[in-house]
Amino acid sequence: MNTADTPTRNGLRADLALISEWIRPGTRVLDLGCGNGALMAHLQATKQVRGYGLEIDPDNVIGSVAAGVNVIQSDLDDGLAQFEDKSFDYVVMSSAIQEVAAPDALIDDMLRIGHDCIVTFPNFAHWRLRLKLALWGTMPASRALPNRWYNTPNIHLCTVHDFEALCREKNAEIVRRHFVNHAHRAQAAMRLLPNVLCEIALYQLRDKP
Amino acid sequence: MTGRQNTQSVGQVTPETLSVTTPLALDCGKTLGGYDLVYETYGRLNADRSNAVLICHALSGNHHAAGWHDEADAKPGWWDKCIGPGKMIDTDRFFVVSVANLGAYNGSTGPGSINPDTGRHYGPDFPVLTVADWVRSQDVLREHLDISVWVAIVGGSLGGMQVMQWAIDFPDRLRHAVVIASAPKLSAQNIAFNEIARQAIVTDPEFHDGRYYEAGVVPRRGLMLARMLGHITYLSDEAMRAKFGRDLRAGRINYGFDVEFQVESYLRYQGESFVTRFDANTYLLMTKALDYFDPAYATGGNLAQAFAPATARFMVVSFTSDWRFAPARSKEIVDALVDAGKEVAYAEVESDLGHDDFLLTMPHYVKTLRAYLGRAAAEVGA
Repeated sequence: MNTADTPTRNGLRADLALISEWIRPGTRVLDLGCGNGALMAHLQATKQVRGYGLEIDPDNVIGSVAAGVNVIQSDLDDGLAQFEDKSFDYVVMSSAIQEVAAPDALIDDMLRIGHDCIVTFPNFAHWRLRLKLALWGTMPASRALPNRWYNTPNIHLCTVHDFEALCREKNAEIVRRHFVNHAHRAQAAMRLLPNVLCEIALYQLRDKP
Repeated sequence: MTGRQNTQSVGQVTPETLSVTTPLALDCGKTLGGYDLVYETYGRLNADRSNAVLICHALSGNHHAAGWHDEADAKPGWWDKCIGPGKMIDTDRFFVVSVANLGAYNGSTGPGSINPDTGRHYGPDFPVLTVADWVRSQDVLREHLDISVWVAIVGGSLGGMQVMQWAIDFPDRLRHAVVIASAPKLSAQNIAFNEIARQAIVTDPEFHDGRYYEAGVVPRRGLMLARMLGHITYLSDEAMRAKFGRDLRAGRINYGFDVEFQVESYLRYQGESFVTRFDANTYLLMTKALDYFDPAYATGGNLAQAFAPATARFMVVSFTSDWRFAPARSKEIVDALVDAGKEVAYAEVESDLGHDDFLLTMPHYVKTLRAYLGRAAAEVGA
């Protein structure tokens, strides 16, 4: 997902900068939907991280190759059966879960392949979206979700509550979570009412032993 | 502007010959006492000899990959669209070496050469070669050119197999392995097509057990059939539909068995023109090398284990309309490299034509490889 007014931090998209802070140096990372390879290139350059990015869009594949990222052109909807159990320290999926055909199956695969998983998604229960739906009765759009209902790639939107329910169902431990607004800034109130106030949610998950 | 004056052409080129006197031990157990390797180079080798790229050719290729031999040439080298100044394989940055494999037609020593032991054409006595044999001979050329490490080795189809073999057998001799429209081994279907092609050749009455040179004839019909069959497998159903449909040459059906549909005419033309520029024994050798290629054979079928010695970075490319070496085959290579923990990037290029797409210049293909090779060039300051 790339929105027009995507904020950046140190030249890196802000949500990617946040993810990068969660990743230990020298680890193996698989980035699902790696876009133009910005996160992997940053991790390779600053944290001696090794790994691969999966990406479906040809222009993004070219961008990733140009960034020196091991990009593997593939469709996340084909699953991740080719990757061995626990073969990566982190499996990252940034703002892509709402675009795949079977998010629950993909979470299963991520938990299987990675020691840790990092997932970020736009929270569909943000108060502004709720208000738009309540007042106008139309599918709400926002800065984080700019498309119309008929042309949006976001076919499986969820809320903070929905996502945590899925984690419980999958017996996944939530190692940490972080809630931010569209500018990827955290505000104190978001911690109290994340499902109402956060626009983007970041989770680190792990298979419960 | 003709191709010869085109600023994007490497221009006129002259093949060079390396005569090797050190015997080459082959996988089949035989030894090639001495042999010639014919090659061409494009671009300039830099001061620290670090910008050399090796091109590995496919079934019908040879050393003449780019540029023109003389004014009379109807066509430039077989990969001229992709090799040249500012092209995908940029001769402004790289010193490109293109070598004819042993046994290739009209190039290095092969079945049509004279066997010094007998004074006759090798013909059927020319040893059956493997991809690993070729790679060993190419390494002799590397040594001769005083290049300690290729910045990249690039090949499509059977050429891609040589690239993989290089990465496994000589890991210290290349930085980047670019494997295009290839496969980790042939499928039963692939081998079946090759066998029909070989049968077409060896059952031609003018084949003379491979000694047709001395008989002063050429097994034209067999070689033509082999090429016609091969050509079908290089094109997608969609491409043939778009190019010929069911168009009739005379505009009407003649109720006979002569050429009626345009596609028949095209295939016959392809077959006939191939006969004038190719050798039947070479066709047999090349298809055998394809059939035998299986680097995982030595590791009990485990391709990831076969790749274990490799240290090069890999760039693997496939084409969606290629059914001869379909994208799934390239994915097998990529998955094995990932399992082996190797550096690999993979692009699946949307295409129409089929297997032969690797010779062309679809934007996604060219941009991906330019991006990849651009980084490779930058690594060595080229």
